[in-house]
Amino acid sequence: MKSVEIVVNGVERRAQVEPRMLLVHFLRDVAGLTGTHIGCETSLCGACTALLDGRAVKSCTVLAVQADGHSVTTIEALASEGQLHPLQESFWEEHALQCGFCTPGMIMCASDLLGSNASPSDREIREGLSGNLCRCTGYQNIVGAVKSASRKMKRRTAATAAKK
Amino acid sequence: MRAFEYVTPKSKEQAVGLLSQNWGDTELLAGGTDLLALMKDDVVAPKRLVNVKSIAGLDAIGYNARTGLRIGALVRIADFADNADVRKYYPTLARVADDAASPQIRNQATMAGNLCQRPRCWYFRNGFGLLAKDPQSGKSLVVEGDNRYHAILGNDGPAYFVSPSSIAPALIAAGAKIRVFGPSGARELPLEKFYVIPKSENEREHDLRSNEIVIEIVVPPPSGERFGHYEVRQKAEFDWPLATASVALKMSGNKVQAARIVMGHVAPIPWVCDKYVEATLLGQPLTETTANAAGVVAAEKPGKSLGKNAYKIRLAHVAVKRALLQAVKET
Repeated sequence: MKSVEIVVNGVERRAQVEPRMLLVHFLRDVAGLTGTHIGCETSLCGACTALLDGRAVKSCTVLAVQADGHSVTTIEALASEGQLHPLQESFWEEHALQCGFCTPGMIMCASDLLGSNASPSDREIREGLSGNLCRCTGYQNIVGAVKSASRKMKRRTAATAAKK
Repeated sequence: MRAFEYVTPKSKEQAVGLLSQNWGDTELLAGGTDLLALMKDDVVAPKRLVNVKSIAGLDAIGYNARTGLRIGALVRIADFADNADVRKYYPTLARVADDAASPQIRNQATMAGNLCQRPRCWYFRNGFGLLAKDPQSGKSLVVEGDNRYHAILGNDGPAYFVSPSSIAPALIAAGAKIRVFGPSGARELPLEKFYVIPKSENEREHDLRSNEIVIEIVVPPPSGERFGHYEVRQKAEFDWPLATASVALKMSGNKVQAARIVMGHVAPIPWVCDKYVEATLLGQPLTETTANAAGVVAAEKPGKSLGKNAYKIRLAHVAVKRALLQAVKET
């Protein structure tokens, strides 16, 4: 067993884990955060995407011990004070999900994308989400939702700047 | 996944001391995007995992106009592709890295890990070994089986897999060297010499010994060469190519003065084309006709189908032609 300290959504979690424990299992079983889904467990589908030090990774292909001393952000951290994150709102409004299984991974990957590119083109969104599979929607509405969220986030940033 | 001992050395000397002299006992962990998949499938089952990410000084990129580009082994693919110097002085390399895998993988996987990733051969990935021999008869499962993605060059056996990195051939075309560190210190070798075709099951597809680690990749400064890189893929994103070609051309006016052509995903090693391919271009202007002729000499003439992969010969030919034309088109 190895002891690890991982900051998950701003909360420090200490635990004794087996070195072979995957980060996604740490998030779900140790931290009790089941929003991060286990899909293929082979780093293909992207359902398990979370942010490791702010960057999207597939948490099924990272060992919990590799995240020792680092910070992880999951879908649970996006909404604040009862207010959905613009990406969550846009996925809802634009019908970007049907069964919803891929949604946490899609949204986490999209949040990494929007962090480095505030106004991505359709092509950039598709490239940015190329590591995430959706078997329901055909992707059109997902691309639309990310575009809509990018517009909302820019409006909110502009509004906050105007207040100051 | 089987249980293992997990260690995090703080120096390369410590890391080397923790690695076994035999393949199989220990494995190096950096990003882990390839290794974890192999461990989950029980293709490799190390007793000890040596995480090299805590070793300081292996995660930097440095550019100098005189000495070129130094890429630390632990630089992540995404950071390499986004690096301002790489984008400015080595735009082809930046593009190749940006096209590898998916965003999440590029955020986690390292440059040295990309160069050392294990083959995608489905017999290997299903536990039949690197040389994919039938456990009963000892005959190659590839030759008798489904070899649609296997080698068309360097495929005299017993290895038939294809080298999986798309970045390696581009680095070789750019003249890269690789530096490794082991019990007797550091050694440097041209990247093309790093790859070897294994002759037996206990050899690997590269020259790295089981108790050595890659520390750095060094690319010479640009010297007016023109680069091109073309990948033939089934999917535009998140896929290993079926055939690639990376080229570096020295031009004198509109005539080819020197040409280096490296094909990927066609052989168990990145395939550096021989002088006969270069000879078709020397002193010639680069046109559809001469680029096509080079593709023929590079792939069609020497290429050998294993039965189900004849189409790859054509793809490699086209990749060479298009990479050459791209090199003279891009400024």
